Amino acid sequence: MRIGVLALQGAFIEHEKKILECGAETFEIRQRHDIERSFDGLILPGGESTVMGKLLRELELIDPIREYIKSGMGVMGTCAGLILLAEHISDDNTVHIGTMGITVKRNAYGRQLGSFCTNADFKDLGEIPMTFIRAPYIESTSRAEILSTVDKRAVAAREGKQLALAFHPELEEKPLIHEYFLNMI
Amino acid sequence: MKNNNRYELNKELAQMLKGGVIMDVTTPEQAKIAEEAGACAVMALERIPADIRAAGGVSRMSDPKMIKGIQAAVSIPVMAKCRIGHFAEAQILQAIEIDYIDESEVLSPADDKLHINKRKFDVPFVCGAKDLGEALRRINEGASMIRTKGEPGTGDIVQAVRHMRMMNSAIRKIQSMDEDELYNEAKIMEVPFDLVLYVHENGRLPVVNFAAGGVATPADAALMMQLGAEGVFVGSGIFKSGNPAKRARAIVQAVTNYNDAKLLAELSEDLGEAMVGINEDEISLLMAERGK
Repeated sequence: MRIGVLALQGAFIEHEKKILECGAETFEIRQRHDIERSFDGLILPGGESTVMGKLLRELELIDPIREYIKSGMGVMGTCAGLILLAEHISDDNTVHIGTMGITVKRNAYGRQLGSFCTNADFKDLGEIPMTFIRAPYIESTSRAEILSTVDKRAVAAREGKQLALAFHPELEEKPLIHEYFLNMI
Repeated sequence: MKNNNRYELNKELAQMLKGGVIMDVTTPEQAKIAEEAGACAVMALERIPADIRAAGGVSRMSDPKMIKGIQAAVSIPVMAKCRIGHFAEAQILQAIEIDYIDESEVLSPADDKLHINKRKFDVPFVCGAKDLGEALRRINEGASMIRTKGEPGTGDIVQAVRHMRMMNSAIRKIQSMDEDELYNEAKIMEVPFDLVLYVHENGRLPVVNFAAGGVATPADAALMMQLGAEGVFVGSGIFKSGNPAKRARAIVQAVTNYNDAKLLAELSEDLGEAMVGINEDEISLLMAERGK
């Protein structure tokens, strides 16, 4: 299996390492010609969603990526990646890729002093470690199924082959979520 | 059970900034221009380094009200500078929930011997370094991110290049050492053994390392990325240039596609005037010599 990792900004190398640990192949997407090859899934990493959203447009990647996802390609978005996938961002008219039926709240836990780690249940995986860095959460869903909640707030959701997480599985020791994603697609 | 370890969380925020550009801004308007141009964070300060250099005198932490204005204007992380060793300024910045403190040689040092004991703080710190020893000493004091010092406010890239090359060559040297030699190396660099061992085993710093000090063009940014920087700070280079928004956008794209010379050529076109700049042998104040 070959997974493309959006490598415009943020913690993309961490995702690549986890995918390699799972025994799959990976490559970086920095420009349009990078996605003109065959691959099986896509990861939108953590970083700043404003930066990635802007570069996705300037580098003319946003439309082809949206089309890939609409035609059924598996995608996992973490933190900023979740914001890119959301069809609505709370208190903001911006929509980036917008393929997932969720409304997200950016910087929902405040500034860096609000960043935290915890352990919480994740559907089918049981309790797993989760790291939230200036994280968003999922305020509501229109189509997606909620897979995990922390303090009554949704932090993971799935819709078909789209998986969105408010936390950072690429920062944990074991690639549990990456295995889940590879099995899912 | 995973602990709520502030230091780990702070190093991880730096990881999220990688591949990005952190821009110096002095007003909420500039902060918005920077955010729209694709900055991954902004550094709020009253005067950019080129103006601090021109004005002379003692340079201090910015007015908290001015920093709060910038925090309210943008959704990306906001950083601010305190003087080297001035832990009270750092306490004030923590009280207004700054996302990152830069204990910076750009401001006048408050302590000529000691840096801040950064382990006492919950907010993260980034510190400048000229070489590997300085970087590891700052990390030992609790810095969760490092940047080259370069020479701020000059628009001259030579010192940032020198600092990055010195760090890289020292890392390669330690990687190739016999484990027995690491104890002596730790003694020479005046840093704890475990940090030297980390560099030996991993071939990199234990925290994210950005380039700073003298970046003025997309080519400068690409140069530093190709030398191994994980992202770039741009201080005076943007808002001291003819067309800040366009130059900022070009530098952001140059950091993402730093290996594509054809794209870099397009990005470098028609940017208007770059900041004038001063050569290192024309300046009397070397900020990089502050705090070792």
